[in-house]
Amino acid sequence: MSLLEIKGLTRRFGGLIAVNDFNIELGEHELVALIGPNGAGKTTVFNLISGFYQPSEGSIRLKGQDTKGLRPHQVTAAGVARTFQGIRLWGEMHVLDNIRIAQHYRLGYSLMDCFLRTKNYALREKAIDTIAWELLEAMGLKDCAYELPRNLPYGVQRRVEIARAMSVKPSLLLLDEPAAGLNSSDVEGLITLVRWIYDNFPVTIWMIEHQMKVVMSLCSRIKVVDFGSTIADGTPEEIQKNPTVIKAYLGDDTI
Amino acid sequence: MQKHTVTIAVFAGMALLTVLAQFGVLDRYYISVLMFMGVNVILATSLNLVNGYMGEFSCGHGGFMCVGAYVSSLCTVLMFSKNAILGAPLLPPYLTFIGFPLALLAGAGAAAVAGLVVAIPSFKTRGDYLAIITLAANYIVISAINNMEIIGGPRGFMGMSATEVGMKSVVDIPWVLMFTMLGTLFSVWLLRRFVSSTLGKGVPAICQDEIAAEIMSVDTNRMKLIAFMLSSGLAGLAGGLYAHILGYVNPQSFDIMRSTEIMVMVYLGGMGSLSGTALAAVLFTVLMEALRFLDVWKWVVIPLLLILLMQFRPEGLMGNKELADLFPKLRKYYSFK
Amino acid sequence: MEIFQHILNALQFGSFYALIALGYTLVYGVLRLINFAHGDIFMVGAYIAYFVAITLLGIGSLNLGIQMDPGLALALTVPVTMVLTAVVGVALERTMYRPLRRKGANRLYVVITALMAGLMLENGNLALLGASRKRFPDLIDKIVWDLGGGVSVTNLKVIVIVASIAVFLFLQFIVTRTKIGMAMRGISYDKFAIPLMGIPLDTIIVFTFILGSSMAGLAGILFAMSYPILEPYMGALIGWKAFIAAVVGGIGDIRGAIVGGFLLGFIELGVVAVFPSTLRDLFAFSVLLIILWLRPTGIYGVAQTTKI
Repeated sequence: MSLLEIKGLTRRFGGLIAVNDFNIELGEHELVALIGPNGAGKTTVFNLISGFYQPSEGSIRLKGQDTKGLRPHQVTAAGVARTFQGIRLWGEMHVLDNIRIAQHYRLGYSLMDCFLRTKNYALREKAIDTIAWELLEAMGLKDCAYELPRNLPYGVQRRVEIARAMSVKPSLLLLDEPAAGLNSSDVEGLITLVRWIYDNFPVTIWMIEHQMKVVMSLCSRIKVVDFGSTIADGTPEEIQKNPTVIKAYLGDDTI
Repeated sequence: MQKHTVTIAVFAGMALLTVLAQFGVLDRYYISVLMFMGVNVILATSLNLVNGYMGEFSCGHGGFMCVGAYVSSLCTVLMFSKNAILGAPLLPPYLTFIGFPLALLAGAGAAAVAGLVVAIPSFKTRGDYLAIITLAANYIVISAINNMEIIGGPRGFMGMSATEVGMKSVVDIPWVLMFTMLGTLFSVWLLRRFVSSTLGKGVPAICQDEIAAEIMSVDTNRMKLIAFMLSSGLAGLAGGLYAHILGYVNPQSFDIMRSTEIMVMVYLGGMGSLSGTALAAVLFTVLMEALRFLDVWKWVVIPLLLILLMQFRPEGLMGNKELADLFPKLRKYYSFK
Repeated sequence: MEIFQHILNALQFGSFYALIALGYTLVYGVLRLINFAHGDIFMVGAYIAYFVAITLLGIGSLNLGIQMDPGLALALTVPVTMVLTAVVGVALERTMYRPLRRKGANRLYVVITALMAGLMLENGNLALLGASRKRFPDLIDKIVWDLGGGVSVTNLKVIVIVASIAVFLFLQFIVTRTKIGMAMRGISYDKFAIPLMGIPLDTIIVFTFILGSSMAGLAGILFAMSYPILEPYMGALIGWKAFIAAVVGGIGDIRGAIVGGFLLGFIELGVVAVFPSTLRDLFAFSVLLIILWLRPTGIYGVAQTTKI
């Protein structure tokens, strides 16, 4: 049974077809990319998986379960975490809290536990804390645990966002343009980070990315979309040579 | 031992006030100001949960206070008081010690349920639209009670003093003062425990970025439900205490003016700061009394103060910092997390 | 036949709500600000009209020695009131809202300021003029036309209804056919782009407040003529109701204000016709609440989508 199975996924916004008959199957522990020109519908696919939009047609199956009608937090609880095109950290809360809150679906204590500060509450809060600190430590963010996101450099904020997503303990990690806005040394850091996550966690990483350096050095499989439809699917070598892909990105040569 | 200093100080303070009240050192006026202070603290801190932490604009908090006031009053009058419609008291005075807190809880519970009227729409709407719903809800509550002649309608409802009389007939100490102080402590304690937990932090997460919260596994509907019901429930508790302090309630005391007063306290204290709001409630109560000599001009000066506050220090007294952030040494003296 | 009487009454009362709702919706459309002081500007308008009228008529406390005949007094009172009320509205904008706008303050702070300004107006009136109510002088002779079948309509009713429709058409013309109206609509979409296009933001905003406040002033005079007892809190309840009406109609849209205002008038009269009049507010608010629940953005409102 595959981790993620999307069949015939279509999403219309009025007359605009944002996603057209999108199909993909992802297994456990893969590193895949979704590329395409701007406006191709890539983020929309992610939003559909997240449960932010409902499909107009088609189905999304996560570990065999149809995600139709699930609210986003339920999709996350089922094992999907993501980052966003623009960083969406909670600005008035420090980094540690940002990481802790992502574990909301498995708090493990009730409101009553919270009011009465029962033993269960103490144990569960400690567990949440431990997981958060472990992640921060592993991703080199321990020193900024009590910083507010806006006081951190952009590259660090990205790492925090990814750490927050990992705090969910996902089986599927969706990264939406993680390298956007990063300078070249941060990009190197990102590539190392993604590789490290892939090597140390049983997670499938699926990223939308424009920077080919990131895509080519990390991903074993690339899917290309344009105007909502898939135009190519294959290994990095195949994609680099595919004429349809080249045309979509660079335009038509003929005059 | 040092870690419990604050707790001990608080209880010692409450005991001291009770003693002073009991032996007539504090006259009735100051006792009632203290009690209204407590009620205001509960009202302001509970509204802060919705207007501060959650970032909504609820302008109908008075409506929930009203529900709590009336439901708890009906309970105690039914149990302990002679009333033209409800008849003779059902229970003897010595049961007031159980009856009164239960009545208060009933009022709080009813107010929490009333909070659903605002909580459920909040799943889909936010901001200005939700503000109107809270406004309309406040008016609806007042209007409904105005039309219920059986509980006095616009003329009000009385008989709650029988409860304190009953308690005093068994042990003559200032019971309502004690219950008010306990109620205030309870509310602040409850709220603090909620907002300092990871569960409670889901609320400001929704405020700062609802979409991110939803996608990072926060069940936003559930959080909104908890926040609104906790907020309105505590307002109901405050209402119940208020009714028994005065011994009498009428719907007009819970209208938009009341809601506005509570909002003033929240914005004065700083949205997102529990200690700030509590402090502001205390200061505001004092201010209201101090400015009593101004009569009508009081309600010209107070709005003006708030306008000036918005111009020059909109984050209020404490912004979103707590006392412990401003005075880190305080951390040594208390142990609650 | 009686139903026509009810319809006329509903239209008349709805007119006041509509006129006040227009002010809310204009300011909201341009500034995304709920000008909570607007209901009290209506009250100020009514009081200005009172003072202007008694001065011109030479009666009462303000005696400047003028003694006009009522018809002429009316003809002067209307424009003078509208201008003075507009001055009050603009003064509010300049002293309280603009400084916050300059600072880029959170919208919430401006809303709170508006709420407080309204309270100041109400209680300032109470403090300065005392609690005794003022009686508005009669400026026109009441003429009643009997339309047969138990239906009668006064000339005042007709004036009120015609005035609100005229105002709506006038505002609709301005907003859709003039350059300044286009600028107003532009600001509601993107406040930052407007100055970049060479359009003076402050001027448009002042213009909006002039429009909204003078309409409130007009509503004030008409209301005072129809219900001649004035008291300081008269704007509060009507203001809140008109605001809710504006939202139910779809705030930011002029058609919404008119439809919402008249809708509220009809709901209220419908309720009073069937139930005891004390239930009027309860039912009116409940119905409005239900409409908002079912259609949260209001009748003419457009849902705002967020993109992630």
